[in-house]
Amino acid sequence: MPKSIVKARNLKKEFIIVQSFIDKIQRKPPLKVRAVDGIDFDIYDKKSMALVGESGCGKTTVGKLIMKLIDTTSGKLEVKGHNITKLDDPRKLKAYRRTAQMIYQDPFSSLDPRFKVFDILEEPLLIHGIGSSMKERRKMIDKALEEVRLTPPEEFIDRYPHMLSGGQRQRIAIARCLILNPDFIVADEPVSMLDVSVRAEVLNLMKDLIDKIDLTYLYITHDISTTRFFTDHIGVMYLGDIVEQGPTGQVLDNPLHPYTQALLTAVPEPEPDRLDRIKEIPIKGEIPSGTNVPGGCRFHTRCPYAKVICKKKVPKNKQPGKQGHLAKCHFAGEIEFKVKVKKLADDGKVAGEEIIKFSKITESEE
Amino acid sequence: MGDKTILDVKDLSTHYFTSKGVVKALDDVSFQLKGGKSLGVAGESGCGKSTMAYSLLKMVQPPGRIVKGSINLDGMEVTKLDENSARKKLRWQKVSMVFQGAMDIMTPVYTVGHQMKEPLRYLMDITGDEAEEICKKYLDMVDLDFELFNRYPHELSGGQKQRIIIATALLLEPDVVILDEPTTALDVVVEARIMNDLKILKKQLDNGMIFITHDLSILAEISDDLAVMYAGWIVELGDSKKIYRDPKHPYTKKLIAAIPRLHVDIDRLEYIPGAPPELTNPPKGCRFHPRCEHAFGRCNKEEPEEHDVDGILVKCHLYDERGN
Repeated sequence: MPKSIVKARNLKKEFIIVQSFIDKIQRKPPLKVRAVDGIDFDIYDKKSMALVGESGCGKTTVGKLIMKLIDTTSGKLEVKGHNITKLDDPRKLKAYRRTAQMIYQDPFSSLDPRFKVFDILEEPLLIHGIGSSMKERRKMIDKALEEVRLTPPEEFIDRYPHMLSGGQRQRIAIARCLILNPDFIVADEPVSMLDVSVRAEVLNLMKDLIDKIDLTYLYITHDISTTRFFTDHIGVMYLGDIVEQGPTGQVLDNPLHPYTQALLTAVPEPEPDRLDRIKEIPIKGEIPSGTNVPGGCRFHTRCPYAKVICKKKVPKNKQPGKQGHLAKCHFAGEIEFKVKVKKLADDGKVAGEEIIKFSKITESEE
Repeated sequence: MGDKTILDVKDLSTHYFTSKGVVKALDDVSFQLKGGKSLGVAGESGCGKSTMAYSLLKMVQPPGRIVKGSINLDGMEVTKLDENSARKKLRWQKVSMVFQGAMDIMTPVYTVGHQMKEPLRYLMDITGDEAEEICKKYLDMVDLDFELFNRYPHELSGGQKQRIIIATALLLEPDVVILDEPTTALDVVVEARIMNDLKILKKQLDNGMIFITHDLSILAEISDDLAVMYAGWIVELGDSKKIYRDPKHPYTKKLIAAIPRLHVDIDRLEYIPGAPPELTNPPKGCRFHPRCEHAFGRCNKEEPEEHDVDGILVKCHLYDERGN
């Protein structure tokens, strides 16, 4: 069994909404947003885990909790065996930040425009007091730049961020993380602002680093199609809870939770035969507000398969199939997912309807 | 309108005259669009996709200028219009555009209805109940409740705002609707729903549609024809099914291979090394040759011509012998 680097048990984060003066006088109870609502997961050594879900599902909050940018409300969060929820000593916190780093979504605003590449990369070294002389630090910076394939380093070291392309900037952001030699990186949508071809390059690079310098990633994204290539495990989040998790290939090919299946149906695939066909997205409406999480199964308001029990009882993790593939659904493994595909006539009316098994939509027609 | 060609662009060049030199953002671009059809325009950032859209709207801002070529839009020569007539005759009525990040385009201080009615009021002199009637028709088309009409933009979700912008673009029944990255900022589920609606709209209306995006997997679902742009050129143009099955240009091949697949296990993603060229000083010969793995002697000397390969126009030296 591989060693687990990050271990979360019943992890919770609530945000309290600031009340208006009148609400305070009337002594109304403050509204709480349950951004992360009791999740369990493990991230293993030198593996990467993806967290996917719609915006507002709490995936970024999990990343921030692990980075200790915000405090947990309750629950346990261990990183390399240390409980970081009680990390109050600033010196210990600083030491922790050396082992865990974060890559942000937007490389256009995460780099200081008045810093040269050299300054950007030197700053973390100065903060943590690494490298006794400028020469030594320069050596480390060169090495970090080479690791993210910005070579020769001399060419980049004196540039400002505005002189770099989006892909190069994101690679500088990655180099800034690597320079502290961390064990664990939280990557929050690292490629969503990048072009498709550059996206592939950055993801390849990040994947190579796993073996090269023993990294572990938490990869937060809404783009499920990139997870298959990049991650070993995947967690699908809905409204603050991980509703399904397991090995990435397993979950994508045989989803157990109706929400995962809906997300997968929605992913556009480069298949031009779909031009006059419409895949019906099986879920209704939009994600409910975190202040008002539905009782029972939190997904029942949008679930096409919901039954009476779903409104009443909170589902527990079930494992109907392979080891490690869990889903929080009362009927996990019992539902046969189907996708309704409508064929359009030339005037836009529905000319025919076809119901196919979920597994079939992914098979290519050749 | 059927198969009538409504938009005919010939040898269009738009350059920006900056202090650092001339940026050839669009160079000798030609294509046609038929009524009821859709053209997908794909390419990396900075390849000239958006400049093309602005040119069609006669909205290129100084220091940019259309230097050459013609845009024939249903009999109207767009390049010859002055600003005033472009406002009164062209925009909204002949060509409308859904901008990138359209969700942030609405003014927070007016209701949705007020903003939707604006083009009707200013350009067609339609006000009151009549205008509301028209708006209702198009809101229906994009699957929105008329109840949203009197709400303010901050009360709506991103997907709803995007739909309203699309409905507004359709209001005056333009010949061509340009959608610039219409779904990039949205979640997959919302994106898929809007794409489904657009597919239906495309069939119901006679408008030609131009989709601009860097995401080829979205274009596969919606465009009849595909134009792949690189550094101001259209390097491949033709039937989208054919191009997806069998891309001809090395750049298109790489772009399609770079799309991550959901159900195939792969070890490495394909990518295109290097970055697109600076357009002030594009590489000599074929603009793609520094990044092309098939580049040979001629590529860095002569500009390639367009070859017709199985009905697809390809701008590449690899097809020189076969083309001639």
